[in-house]
Amino acid sequence: MSRPVAKDARNLALILLFMPFALWILLLIVLPHIGMFVLSLKEKVAPRVYEYGFDNYINFAQEPIYWNTLLRTGTVSLLVTFLALLIGFPVAYYIAKIAGKRTKGALFLLCLIPLWVSDLIRAFGWILLLRETGVISSALQASGIINTPIEMLYNDATVVMGLVYTVVLFMIVPLVSTLDGMNDEMIEAGYNLGGNGFTVLRRIIIPYAMPGIVAGCIVVFMLSAGSYLTPILLGGKNSSWFTEQIYDQFISRYNWESGAAFGFVLLLFTSIVVWLGLKLSGQTLSSTVAKS
Amino acid sequence: MKAILSSAVVALSLAAPSMASAETLRLLTWGSYAPDNLVKMFEEKYPDIKVEVTFSNNEEMIAKLRATGGAGFDLAQPSHDRIYAAQLEYDIYKPLDLSKIDTSNMEAKLLDGVKANTTIDGELYAVPHQWGTSGLMADKSMAPDLAGWGDLCDPKYKGKTSMRLKRTILLGTAFAMGEDPFAAYSDLDKYQGILDKVADKLISCKDNIKAYWKGGDDLSAMMLSGEIVASETWDSTAYKLYAENENIVFVPPSTGALAWIDTFAFPRKGKADDAAYKWINFVLETENVKLMSASTGAMAAVKGAKDLLPDDKKAAVNAAFTDDDVENLQFFANIPPGVEDMEGKTLEKIKAATGG
Repeated sequence: MSRPVAKDARNLALILLFMPFALWILLLIVLPHIGMFVLSLKEKVAPRVYEYGFDNYINFAQEPIYWNTLLRTGTVSLLVTFLALLIGFPVAYYIAKIAGKRTKGALFLLCLIPLWVSDLIRAFGWILLLRETGVISSALQASGIINTPIEMLYNDATVVMGLVYTVVLFMIVPLVSTLDGMNDEMIEAGYNLGGNGFTVLRRIIIPYAMPGIVAGCIVVFMLSAGSYLTPILLGGKNSSWFTEQIYDQFISRYNWESGAAFGFVLLLFTSIVVWLGLKLSGQTLSSTVAKS
Repeated sequence: MKAILSSAVVALSLAAPSMASAETLRLLTWGSYAPDNLVKMFEEKYPDIKVEVTFSNNEEMIAKLRATGGAGFDLAQPSHDRIYAAQLEYDIYKPLDLSKIDTSNMEAKLLDGVKANTTIDGELYAVPHQWGTSGLMADKSMAPDLAGWGDLCDPKYKGKTSMRLKRTILLGTAFAMGEDPFAAYSDLDKYQGILDKVADKLISCKDNIKAYWKGGDDLSAMMLSGEIVASETWDSTAYKLYAENENIVFVPPSTGALAWIDTFAFPRKGKADDAAYKWINFVLETENVKLMSASTGAMAAVKGAKDLLPDDKKAAVNAAFTDDDVENLQFFANIPPGVEDMEGKTLEKIKAATGG
C-alpha cells in the first residue's frame, strides 16, 4: 500500500475500493486492540512506574469474584441466546413462510421499530413498567388481583427479559433470510412422505435453517455478553455483569491496565464459546455469519 | 452503515481541531455546574470567548484527562480529594496562579482546606468552588428515628433503604463503627483491616437494601414513590426532594456528614488559561453565585453562601443542619495512591456477595 503506483488501472481501482475497508480494520480495530493488549501487560508498581508482565491476568485467575462474574455473564448470555432463539424462530418462520408478501414487509418493520429507540430509553421503559409503584404493579392492584405492590425490577429474571427484548431482532433477521431461501416444496414433500409437523420441523426445516440459527446465536450471544446498560439498569443488588467490572477497573479504580486485561479475557471467553458452538453444531463461520 | 460511521468519524476528527481555537473555553464539569443562563451572560461580557461545556463526574474527569495527558479541556472541576494522587500518578494538572483569582470573597476555611489538600511541591493546584455533603436522607413520616449511617441496616426498615455502592458508604460505615478511616490512610494495612470489617457489615446489611442506586434520578424516583424510606444521599438531591415533599429531609449522620469541595483545577495541556481565570472570577461574583447555587443546589465557597441560596433550598438546609452539625462535618481526606484499588476491591466483594 506504500506504493500505490499501480500500472494497471484495474489494480488501482481495486486498491481504492479496498482502502476504506483496510483503513477501517487497521485504524479502528487492529491498532486499538494492539494498544489495549500492550496496556494489559503493564503492571503498576508505584506512581508513574510500570513493569511488563502477566500479573493482571494472574490477578484475574486468582480472584474468584472476577471469574465467577465472567461465568455468570456467560451462563446468563447463553440463556438469553436460547430464549431469543425460542421466541425468534416462530416469528421468523411466520414472516418468511406464512405471511403474505405485503404483511411480510409490515411485520419486518414492526420488528425493527424498537431498534429506532436507544437501549437506554428502552431500559427506562421497562423500569417504568416493572417497578413497585410502576404501571403493571398498579394495574394489578387496581384490578384486585393482588393486594400489596409487587417488585418486578432489580432481579436476574428482569435482566434476562430485558436482554432478550433487546437482542431478539438480531436472531430474527438471519433466520428470516435463511428461511426465505427455503423452497416450500421441500416442506410439502416432507408431509407427502408421511411426516407429521414435528418430524418436518426436526428433519427438514431446522437442518435447512441451521446456518441462520448459528449466525443468529453468535450475534445474540456476543451482544448479550458485551452489553452494559441493560444489566446495570435492570439488575439488582446481586447481579454483577462482567462489563461492569471492566468499567469499574477503568473508571472507579483508575486501573486501566487490569481493565484492559479483563477486556481481553472477555474477548477470549466469548470467542471460545462461539468456537465450541460452531464445533458442536458442525458449522463454520463462513457457512453462517458470513453467508447471511 | 460503515460508510455512515466512517464519515461520522471523519467529520468528528475534522471538527475537533476547530473547536480548540484560543477563544474557546472548554469546561469539564459536573452536570448543572454551568447553567445556560450563566454561560450566556459570560459570553456577553466577554464576546471573544466561547464556552463549551462537557458534563462528567470525578472518576470520568480524571479518566478523560489521563487519556490525553491533560489535553482537550481548559478548566476542570474535580473534588478536592481527587487532585493530589491523580497529579502524582498521572501528571494531568498544572499549577495555578492564585494572584489572578479574586479570593477576597472566598470562605477562608474552605480555601485553606483546599490549599492544604492540593499543594504539591509548593505549587497550588486548585481553588474551591462549590461544596456540599454526603449523608442520609429519610422520609420523616416513615423513618423518624434515622440518625446514623448504621441505621440503614436497621431491620426495622428491611427492604426499604438504599445506598450507592461507592466509597462514600464505605467511609460512612467505618465512622459509624467507631473507626477513623481518614486517619488510617497513612497506614494502608490498618485501612485494609477497617475495610474488611466494613465489608462484612455491609454484606450482612445487603438483605436490608432494596437496590443500590446509581444516580440522582433513580434515587429520587425510589424515594418520592415511597418505595424506600431512607437512603445514603448527596445533600443536593435531598434538598431537591424536600421541595416536592417536606417530609423528605437530609439527615447529617451522628458521626458527621462527609463534606466534599468541588474545585477549579487547570488541566496540564489546557490552552485558554486567561479565559479560565475570567470564568472563575465571573462565577465568584455575588450575583452569579446566586444563579450558580440555584442550578447546583450546593453551596458556593464564598462568605455567607447560605444566604445566597434560593429560598426553597435555604429552607431545606435549615431543616437539615444545626450549627453543631456544621461543626461536626468530616471533610474528605486526600486519597493516597492505591486506596482507590483497595476500596474498589471491597466494593466488588460486597456487590458479588449473595445476600446476608
